[in-house]
Amino acid sequence: MRTEQSKSTLISVAIVVGLATASFGQKEAPSPVALDGSVYAELSKSPKKASQRRNPLAGDPDAVAAGANLFDQHCAECHGEMAEGGRKGPSLRADPVRQATPGTLFWILTNGVVRRGMPVWSKLPEPQRWQLVSYLMSLSPSGTPSQ
Amino acid sequence: MLNSSLSPLCFAPRRGTIARWWSGSPVRMMLCLFAPALTVFALPVRAQENPYIVAYDHYLEEPGSLEVEYFSTFGTQRSGNDFHSFWAEFEYGATAWWTTEVYVDGQTTFDDSTIFTGFRWENRVRMLQREHFINPVLYLEYEQISGADKILKEVEGHDVESDYAVPNSLARKEHNHELEFKLLLSKNFKGWNVTENTLAAKNLSGGNPWEFGYAVGASRPLALKACAQRCNFCRQNFIAGAEMYGGLGDRHSFGLHNTSHYAAPVVAWNMPSGWTLRLSSGFGLNDNSHRFLLRWGVSREFSGFGATVSRLFGGGKS
Repeated sequence: MRTEQSKSTLISVAIVVGLATASFGQKEAPSPVALDGSVYAELSKSPKKASQRRNPLAGDPDAVAAGANLFDQHCAECHGEMAEGGRKGPSLRADPVRQATPGTLFWILTNGVVRRGMPVWSKLPEPQRWQLVSYLMSLSPSGTPSQ
Repeated sequence: MLNSSLSPLCFAPRRGTIARWWSGSPVRMMLCLFAPALTVFALPVRAQENPYIVAYDHYLEEPGSLEVEYFSTFGTQRSGNDFHSFWAEFEYGATAWWTTEVYVDGQTTFDDSTIFTGFRWENRVRMLQREHFINPVLYLEYEQISGADKILKEVEGHDVESDYAVPNSLARKEHNHELEFKLLLSKNFKGWNVTENTLAAKNLSGGNPWEFGYAVGASRPLALKACAQRCNFCRQNFIAGAEMYGGLGDRHSFGLHNTSHYAAPVVAWNMPSGWTLRLSSGFGLNDNSHRFLLRWGVSREFSGFGATVSRLFGGGKS
């Protein structure tokens, strides 16, 4: 009985230590996130075929507004409310992002950059990812959407 | 807002019932203890949750976010009393490829008693960095539960309905230490998510054989495009689908026979406020299964939880 209790205690301690380790792994970066050029290097990894994809919602006037809502709900936490860069994610108003093709942005959204902490966003249906791309493409270097 | 929304859970409805209520529901107690801390330290964010209650897809918790979930299952029981089981989940995104989660389980068997039935520690690890044709995730869980556990989060081996008819006073004397492995295979295609989970479990107490089980699911949002305005009742906030799960026998007797199987339509409502509601009505597919399992759940995701905890203890300074 006592052995059973000791085993349970040990396992409970192991779980608590495991969770604490996981929690302490979360480093909070200064805001906005300190960047080196390599953050944007992921954009260049998009396959050519993916980069050449066109945004099917490019002419949809509602796509930017819907994309702004989606950005606020899913992306602003890391990239900042105005996409200027935040605690964990780089600015999406920087030149490398602004110069990227819609297909490249869609590819990054779909696949994430898991090793750098950006989750895959393929759980958003494809039209919603294109709406996000429409919003990102509409951003000016500093300010609100350029429409 | 969180506190007021949790008030039905956290505050006893009548005077004089506090002690009974407090001792009767450890899961509710855990929720009430954690809720104020979450309100103070973390921000709610809108999640895009799938509707499955048993099956898993390949999406993990966002890094640094904590998702708090409460689930309930009402089950009918032939040759015994119907029951209401419940569990709380605390799901934390340790990294973009690793999610860790603690469950606390309990149950009420009608005309019997309400008891705490154990806890589980679950880990899910994404195996591939990018999206592929099929996306595998490894799942590892340790369970320390009593024989009275009835959350039916999975069916394994030769689990049958009559196993759950044992009175709580007897069933709780059985202690199980179990390791459970799952391979989660999931794919998104044209708005649909299709997932298949294969399960292998080993009870570390006694000489029990390896037991197996499965779960499959498919779901799709009611609309694939998002509305230009924020709205609670927009069709894209609702995800509907179905899941099916059951046992596959054990090492000595593998197969679909002498075990239970269920099919369940499922629906999730992802609200812009950050709350997600899930509902599922499960139907037993053979005589070994409970005839009916009604499940519902509520969850909320809090971002920045890991960074806040780290900061509280002086970590994360660079």
